Amino acid sequence: MSSASAIYFVEGVLLVAIQEDISDTDILDLQEALSERVVDEAARAVVMDISALEIVDTFVGRILAQLASVSKLLDAQTYVVGMRPAVAMTLVELGMDLPESKTALSLTHALRDLRGERRG
Amino acid sequence: MIPTDGVLIGIYALIGDRDVIQVRRIAGREMAQRGTRTVQKTRFVTAVSEIARNVVMHGGGGEARIYMHSEPSAISVVCVDNGPGIADLDAAFSDGFSTAGSMGRGLGGAKRLSDALEVETEEGKGTRVTMMARI
Repeated sequence: MSSASAIYFVEGVLLVAIQEDISDTDILDLQEALSERVVDEAARAVVMDISALEIVDTFVGRILAQLASVSKLLDAQTYVVGMRPAVAMTLVELGMDLPESKTALSLTHALRDLRGERRG
Repeated sequence: MIPTDGVLIGIYALIGDRDVIQVRRIAGREMAQRGTRTVQKTRFVTAVSEIARNVVMHGGGGEARIYMHSEPSAISVVCVDNGPGIADLDAAFSDGFSTAGSMGRGLGGAKRLSDALEVETEEGKGTRVTMMARI
């Protein structure tokens, strides 16, 4: 696993902090590592913090969307948190969305949402 | 439409994915130094990322040149490869829109995110994409 991202397991949730200069190779490695961790830890959710990313292009967007789809098949909900406004506007112009991901403003919001789900 | 004069900021090899990061980082830095708004910078740097990645993934590698222009104030990036070329340019532009979530080459998206984008391509010879943003 490269240092371009870090995975933490807290309260049944895999927290992933993506670093600013993550390369295509790094994010493909992350996709594989994370899929395995979801099963190994029986994670109920994956929270991807992309606040460090100044841009998200179609390649990175596609990997994020795939990660969410894979996680869903493995019974974990994916949250994408910390997206910058300019990144969101650019993704819309690129015609991309992240259909299997929930989005939240921050890690705190995502965890609050998850706790709400657990109560429900 | 895209100014052909300008001050050359640098020539950068585009061989691997780290090179893509370098080119977009330098383009973003040059725009930020000139006070470009964040949204405008993010849009153009994303376009540069799409095109530079095409050079690495589809063009067999190549190079990027970054220019700054003063009249009007703009940045332009030229990405060149000697790869297989794009057989159907119209399809490549429309694919970028309709299949952005799958395997589009991002050409249509990059065009929408730039103030101008021009493609010259010849089958078996290579592709040159020139894109520009006013700053």
